[in-house]
Amino acid sequence: MQIKETSKEYDVVIVGSGAGGGMATKILSESGLSIAIVEAGPYFDPANPDQMTQMKWPYESPRRGAGTRRPFGDFDQAYGGWEIEGEPYTQKGDTNFRWFRSRMLGGRTNHWGRISLRFGPDDFKKKSKDGLGEDWPIGYEDIKPYYDKVDKLIGVFGSKENLYNDPDGFFLPAPKPRLHELFYIKGTRKSNVKVMPSRLSILTKRINDERGVCFYCRQCARSCSVYADFSSGSCLIFPAQKSGGQIDMYVNSMVRSITTDEEGKATGVSFINKEDKTEYKIKGKVVILAASACSSARILLNSKSKQHPNGLGNSSDIVGKYLHDSTGGGRMAFLPELVNRKIYNEDGVGGMHVYSPWWLDNKNLNFPRGYHIEVWGGMGGPSYGTGFDVNYLNKFFGIKVGGYGDMLRTDMRKYYGSVLGMDGRGESIAMKSNYCEIDPEKVDEFGVPVLRFNYKWSNHEINQVKHMQDTFEEIIHNMGAIPLGNKPGKDSNHGLTKPGEIIHEVGTTRMGNDPKTSVVNQFEQLHDASNVFIVDAGPFVSQADKNPTWTIMALAWRTSDYIIDQFQKQNF
Amino acid sequence: MDRRDSIKSIMLGSIGLGVLLEGCVSGVGSEEVKKAISKFKYGRTKIEIEYDNRLFSRKCFSDNEMKTIKEVCNLILPPNEFGSIEEAEVPELIEFMAKDIPSYETPIKKGLLNLDQISKSMYQKSFVECDENQQKFFLDDMAYPDLELSNSDQKDEVQWFSLMRNLTMTGYYTSRVGIEELGYKGNTPNIWDGVPQDVLDQYGLSYDKNWLDKCVDQSKRNEIAKWDEKGNLIS
Repeated sequence: MQIKETSKEYDVVIVGSGAGGGMATKILSESGLSIAIVEAGPYFDPANPDQMTQMKWPYESPRRGAGTRRPFGDFDQAYGGWEIEGEPYTQKGDTNFRWFRSRMLGGRTNHWGRISLRFGPDDFKKKSKDGLGEDWPIGYEDIKPYYDKVDKLIGVFGSKENLYNDPDGFFLPAPKPRLHELFYIKGTRKSNVKVMPSRLSILTKRINDERGVCFYCRQCARSCSVYADFSSGSCLIFPAQKSGGQIDMYVNSMVRSITTDEEGKATGVSFINKEDKTEYKIKGKVVILAASACSSARILLNSKSKQHPNGLGNSSDIVGKYLHDSTGGGRMAFLPELVNRKIYNEDGVGGMHVYSPWWLDNKNLNFPRGYHIEVWGGMGGPSYGTGFDVNYLNKFFGIKVGGYGDMLRTDMRKYYGSVLGMDGRGESIAMKSNYCEIDPEKVDEFGVPVLRFNYKWSNHEINQVKHMQDTFEEIIHNMGAIPLGNKPGKDSNHGLTKPGEIIHEVGTTRMGNDPKTSVVNQFEQLHDASNVFIVDAGPFVSQADKNPTWTIMALAWRTSDYIIDQFQKQNF
Repeated sequence: MDRRDSIKSIMLGSIGLGVLLEGCVSGVGSEEVKKAISKFKYGRTKIEIEYDNRLFSRKCFSDNEMKTIKEVCNLILPPNEFGSIEEAEVPELIEFMAKDIPSYETPIKKGLLNLDQISKSMYQKSFVECDENQQKFFLDDMAYPDLELSNSDQKDEVQWFSLMRNLTMTGYYTSRVGIEELGYKGNTPNIWDGVPQDVLDQYGLSYDKNWLDKCVDQSKRNEIAKWDEKGNLIS
């Protein structure tokens, strides 16, 4: 194959444009460094009418918004999913890891839940508490100034609660709870479960003149056209371009590997342009991987050379190991009080207005680590699936289920907005035996060797999800609701989701002081090559019961400051 | 659709009809495909447009089958002052979904065939030629699932009717007329400032002061946020 090389050498080549890549782009470009972003998907701007899905009605889609093409529905802004044509991955043994990828500028930040939680002081030192996993080489005090800066730059609503392990930040005011959320508050209080305003990166108040303020359409998953929610493109990359950053964007460009020189230092990246199927090389003094935990591990493992025979950064054999996703469990419920409720606009923001952070001490429990509870429900916009099993809830009133005719209209109206649900998202234990590696026998459509996964949940996670299920049931009863479906039992691991399904996969290039047991140092710099950094969730030592995005960005900012400092010291 | 809603609809709408595929009946003229494609502008990628294009260029149901589908959908949801199955374009949705979810195609066709077979054996005419009472006589037999059984254990015709009812209901209530009939008030720029007072009163609920103090003062939403060094909002 012909390989085309460009003569220009960038200061920094960044692979991937999601939360980590976007943050690195913003901070590094504003310091005057020249940047190349290499993104596997197309350019995307939520304000572009040709790409926009916000405020569309279901009938504007021929499938009424069904999730047959985009897994979270036609209007969701993730180009990709768990399966992408031409980009397979494989499993070892009976593993069923589900790898979600979003191929577009901004990556998964265009559709994510905007749940923006800081890790707390305990979250960095869990091994010291329960002996499992590993401590981070840094603590909350190292990252706190960056969390503060991220809060102010991007905006997150929430409330001061003075909880030790759920630290407060610089919050915008929270939206008032919806009706079903008031019932949830009632239920949790009766169950002694902590409940408080959620913390989402959505602008309930103006933070600057460039971005709009939330107009409450509940459609953050469609990426906001007035930039009132956080997406990497609209909040980091576009502003960086506007303020005069030297940024070149290589879109539809799938990185194969990092190129290295005789001394083993990175010289740039090699990528395949999806349009002309040609391989290109671009040069950079520094290479930053921000391709997502598994993609970055794959690139490193595919970057073999004389100096790095086991893959770049992999002298420890740790690249790909300690892969872990959040645990997940959920339950739906029917709230009879809400039958025939008054209809008004209760869209609100794109997500819950209230949630429950982890509230217990594991000392008294048969599992380590906690989980938080998310709640959903209300009078959402109709979409494909609305009206399915329209009068199934009749069974709770001893009325016949099924039928046809005008009575179905009454049933539709009667039950609209009366169902709600809870989801637990918990911390799993990072284990060496859960990993991704290169499948020696398979390549993708670009000829790049693909990942193979090996992953097994342990009793820690299974017991944790059983606890979730018991808690859901208790809260449901205490709010006056009826749980729907059967409670998932032992045979289904109590409803524990498949690894990867919560889309919080982290840990594949973990951080540490010892090059024998970790891939990067506390500045997310490869132990094996000083001009390669990783700013996605790969460096996470442990997951916490928090969503990873806010920590990805705080660390990416900290790493970017370090890179700027090293440039000033002429170390690259 | 947000993530929770999509999970909800998947769970509420667990239709598991896994039967073998049969080919669609014929192709569609290029003008018609063009018309269909230009009707739907919903932020597609090139690959997605090509995929939709492929679906629009095939026809799944024969004219006869389409007639029966319309008849059945109208029995499931008769027209009223808000709208009709035709206005809600429910038959078009069923045609599309039978291609988009290929496992729908064969069971739908089988169910339609079955309907004509029983009506012919009983009244010597097709289902659409039967009068309403005769039609309802058939439907009554398949419209009520046995709640002790899962959907996949129901009789074939019961599964078929459940699928037709689901598609009809979802088609109607995701259409312009159906959304209006339901009274859904969202998908429009607005300012959420809590549950209306009369609704709170109805349920004997109220916001407690501590919580409200943490909530947004909508009259100040356009003032740029400022904090003191302790993180207290001061604007």
